[in-house]
Amino acid sequence: MPEIDKTAFEELKQMSGTDFINELIDAFLEDGPNMLHQMEAALAARDVESFRRNAHSLKSNANTFGAQELGALARELEMMGRENNLDIGNKLQVLKEAFGKVADELVGMRV
Amino acid sequence: MKSKQTSGRLLVVDDNKVNRILLARGLEGHGHQVETAENGKQALEKLRTDSFDLVLLDIEMPEMNGYQVLETCLQDPELREIPIIMTSSLDELDSVVKCIELGAEDYLNKPINPILLRARVNASLEKKRLRDEQRKLFRTFATKEVADELLKTGFSLGGEYVNASVLFADIRSFTSIVEKQEPADTIELLNNYFALMFEAVTGHHGTVNQLEGDGLMAIFGAPIHDEGHREHAVRAALEMIELLKGFNVERASQNKVQIKVGIGIATGRVIAGYTGTQHRATYTCVGDTVNLAARIENHTKSVDSPILIDQYTCEGLPGDVEVEALGPMVFKGKQQSINIFAVKE
Repeated sequence: MPEIDKTAFEELKQMSGTDFINELIDAFLEDGPNMLHQMEAALAARDVESFRRNAHSLKSNANTFGAQELGALARELEMMGRENNLDIGNKLQVLKEAFGKVADELVGMRV
Repeated sequence: MKSKQTSGRLLVVDDNKVNRILLARGLEGHGHQVETAENGKQALEKLRTDSFDLVLLDIEMPEMNGYQVLETCLQDPELREIPIIMTSSLDELDSVVKCIELGAEDYLNKPINPILLRARVNASLEKKRLRDEQRKLFRTFATKEVADELLKTGFSLGGEYVNASVLFADIRSFTSIVEKQEPADTIELLNNYFALMFEAVTGHHGTVNQLEGDGLMAIFGAPIHDEGHREHAVRAALEMIELLKGFNVERASQNKVQIKVGIGIATGRVIAGYTGTQHRATYTCVGDTVNLAARIENHTKSVDSPILIDQYTCEGLPGDVEVEALGPMVFKGKQQSINIFAVKE
């Protein structure tokens, strides 16, 4: 099952203009691993605020590209951070895997 | 319906690169000029050094968040006129409400819908354009303070009683001047004359609120309260006479007819407020004091003094303004006689 919702992606392309969709995809691919890394570091340092904010950014980007599952996972972690709850079990690992799948799919969607 | 396209200079503030690129490219595609900032601090720096028509502001940002930027802008007289559209996720609805209550222009949910983006940006720019135009218009009739006050309070202001000084000024024998010259010369004369009279009025915290032919009516003490309105009205009158002297010297050197004016000032309670329609409104005042000022101005035709004032105005003047009591006068429509004073130049 594809990770990216086609309607959302088309809407995105329409908004940025086809010429700039690659620029957007590159920014997503570049910043995503960084956000995941920040979340990992925040978790280790018990820095709830940084954890929540990076989850928020990843959620925002996932939703922008229509990556619904990734968006939902990131949102869940953002909400846990908001409630000062960092007992996230393996959720960060699941998030990373979801990001990997979305990233692979997006590479193929460059024009 | 095709909405009217207004292009503008926009600032996109977002810590997230994907959002910055998306908004910037999208808005550029709509014909706008777009600058970006990565955080609140950078945004304020750009806002203070450059001029923008609209800001799209992310709420969730590290260091200085969107809420703090909005608050700072609204407290800064130089920045508070720039409309700000908040951008946020649905999870931040509470913050959005807080921002709108504080004074944000509008908001957009992320992921941003391209049609809503276009519509809200255009609507905000159009509103700003109208406000700018309105402000420009007000400023031609009033001081900056009055213009700002009018914009802040809006036109919904109901009538109120205020204590104010009302000034009427008219050009003497204007009809016969008009008959002796070309129409273009008359309009030129009026424009130059009014430019000077406005200068005198606004320079002394007054508001010109009516022009009729060669006549001008100005209010002092409203819509902004001004304790010294009696003195300010008289000083404006004195400056009018002074400016006219220079004006007449110039006209004489061009072989043009010189002009004289009569000025009447009365002080008292007036009913002030906005009159007109939604499309055309003016701040004005009516009442006995206004009628009296007009009658006093008319009386300057019968005496050899260009500035006449009533007793209440006279009582508000400091010692350095010299006046001469002309005694009581009975004016048409008035039961009681009014003590009239001539202000010495």
